[in-house]
Amino acid sequence: MAAERLRVRKTYKLAIGGAFPRSESGRSYPVSDPAGVLLAHAAQASRKDARDAVVAARKAFPGWWGATALNRGQVIYRIAEMLDGRREQLAAEVSAAEGCAPGSALGQVDESIDRIVWYAGWADKFAQVAGSANPVAGPYFNFSVPEPTGVVAILAPQQSSLLGFVSVLAPVLCTGNTAVIVASEARPLPAASLAEVLATSDLPGGVANVLTGFTAELAPWLASHRDVNALDLTGADRAARTALARSAADTVKRVFVPRDEDWSRDPGLERLSAFVETKTVWHPVGV
Amino acid sequence: MATTTAFEYAPAPEARDSARLRSHYGIFVDGAFRDGAGDAVQTIDPSNEQALAEVAQAGAADVDAAVAAARRAHDSVWGAMPGRERAKYLFRIARAIQERARELAVLESLDNGKPIRESRDVDIPLAAAHFFYYAGWADKLEHAGLGAAPRSLGVAGQIIPWNFPLLMAAWKIAPALAAGNTVVLKPAETTPLTALTLASIIAECELPPGVVNVLAGGPEVGQALVEHAGIAKIAFTGSTEVGKLIQRTLAGSETRLSLELGGKAANIVFEDAPLDQAVEGIVNGIFFNQGHVCCAGSRLLVQESVADDVIAALKSRVETLRLGDPLDKNTDIGAINSAAQLARVRELSDVGDAEGAERWSPACALPERGFWFPPTIFTGVSSAHRIAREEIFGPVLSVLTFRTPAEAVEKANTTPFGLSAGIWTEKGSRILWMARQLRAGVVWANTFNRFDPASPFGGYKESGFGREGGRHGLEAYLGR
Repeated sequence: MAAERLRVRKTYKLAIGGAFPRSESGRSYPVSDPAGVLLAHAAQASRKDARDAVVAARKAFPGWWGATALNRGQVIYRIAEMLDGRREQLAAEVSAAEGCAPGSALGQVDESIDRIVWYAGWADKFAQVAGSANPVAGPYFNFSVPEPTGVVAILAPQQSSLLGFVSVLAPVLCTGNTAVIVASEARPLPAASLAEVLATSDLPGGVANVLTGFTAELAPWLASHRDVNALDLTGADRAARTALARSAADTVKRVFVPRDEDWSRDPGLERLSAFVETKTVWHPVGV
Repeated sequence: MATTTAFEYAPAPEARDSARLRSHYGIFVDGAFRDGAGDAVQTIDPSNEQALAEVAQAGAADVDAAVAAARRAHDSVWGAMPGRERAKYLFRIARAIQERARELAVLESLDNGKPIRESRDVDIPLAAAHFFYYAGWADKLEHAGLGAAPRSLGVAGQIIPWNFPLLMAAWKIAPALAAGNTVVLKPAETTPLTALTLASIIAECELPPGVVNVLAGGPEVGQALVEHAGIAKIAFTGSTEVGKLIQRTLAGSETRLSLELGGKAANIVFEDAPLDQAVEGIVNGIFFNQGHVCCAGSRLLVQESVADDVIAALKSRVETLRLGDPLDKNTDIGAINSAAQLARVRELSDVGDAEGAERWSPACALPERGFWFPPTIFTGVSSAHRIAREEIFGPVLSVLTFRTPAEAVEKANTTPFGLSAGIWTEKGSRILWMARQLRAGVVWANTFNRFDPASPFGGYKESGFGREGGRHGLEAYLGR
């Protein structure tokens, strides 16, 4: 009988600006399955990592927002393609992270893929639904269009390690924002692997920066950061939300608090609408 | 200023009696005017510091009473009323404002200090138009793209500034009522009269008691409103400083919030711009309403190659502006609204001097009484200067130059604000490219300071969030 081949284990890292660094702090933390079996040591991002991620997101913003909506849609669709090719791997990681049956985990991966496809299709339609030509009382052409809010800091859901993560990230990217997203603290591994999917999907570096670590440690830095335009509190502890929202007020951030976390629900336009600004442009009409 | 023209202007004052000024104004709660729990104050004419009327001031108990009345009105009548009936009430208000347009215009100029030409031609007609526009939405909400059966939120607390007193009241009240909410409105301390007259118009239009309540008072009344448990929604227009306080206060609460805050708009003039039109646009951008405009074009960015020509033409045009009696129909620039605001304009202008910018004002005699500041242009300003970064909210223009479109974009966007911007060029493709690059909620191309009830208005970044006007303006007052 041949000796069983020794597997090559993966080092789970952060994703910042298109690279996969360990935390600059050198810290990691043990991640276990719900039964307590050690799965891996994940990078424990620091304040400096969070700030680097914001810098990367800001730098990537003009390019991502400057891309055509069709192009953004195709890149997001490409994420779905890449994820579909790794669905068994992600299913195994979701199963391990959440302690659910393999069949259920696979269903969540499939739902994640389909959700990404759904949002991919919105990229070149949302402006038509949310924008308008405005009939003003004067000789002016006047129109309104939705534009991305900018750099969005997302605290991903703590329970749903992949479907929840995808459901909060995709709508932010769809409208042209760039993101710094903090993965589920106790279940970060599927998100860390999804970051590898993102990196191979023609998504420009810095558009989606994925941090693993302690949400309560990272969230205050993101909430108060002057170059973050919006904050999604989905994954924040309920008791911490008020303090984070208060901190975000110092820079008039848009703060999103979800109504529920039922990721099987039809997402509707709520999250697409939450991270856009309406721009209105006037020009005289005349000969 | 206009002292050596070939033909002098004869005074052309609007009749002050048109304002039908009363000696005393009460607060308006549950369909009736009455005294408030606070001590009544005198509101003054800022152009001569003379008392206009005594105005009752609300206290905490009045906030409770007004919110309770608004809640009753929402739950028992207004929220459940068929939209087409609500619509007819709003149409009535629009028509009544038009009927009393002259009275309201004179009253506004008296209380605010703005030129009658502006209150007559801009503030009052737009206020009426706003009610007319949103009246038509009241029975069409299911078509607004906000869900199949959007619902009113409840009682909206609305806090408005002193720069466009009646117009801001209309911007707040009209969409709120159309969507089925009831309101408690707090006008600004220094300009309560037109909002209280609007309350009497609303009473004459026979709106059910409690649908609209108007509480004159100071910041503590606004604070009580923001903190009140019976409020479902706060809409605030005012300074970024106070906006941040309100956002902090409401952090973690269920109360919905929209903020329309300060600005430091770039008005960008390219070398191929039609010079005369651009100069008119620059003047309108910063001297309209004495620069008491959150979206004022307070930073002129002019392309280096034409900077000297533009500045010379601009100064020549500003020489012809007429500053003085707000009720004179020839007046272009009226009074600063209050002593406190005048002090702020003076302070920041002095900082401009101290930081080395070059100050220019036309030869211009200011009236001896009242609050006055001459139209002022600072040249030699850099992006680091405070007068290029902070909102002055007065007739003070800071001029900066640029060489390339990219540099213009960078300078325009390098501020925490993002309310409005202006672009002047004959090149269409450049207009659209610039409009996309500018991080601002309203972009005026080859025009400036245009407003319309159908046109969404509101800021990016620290200029606030939420939109007023248009279909988008309904979103602030509807839930699913």
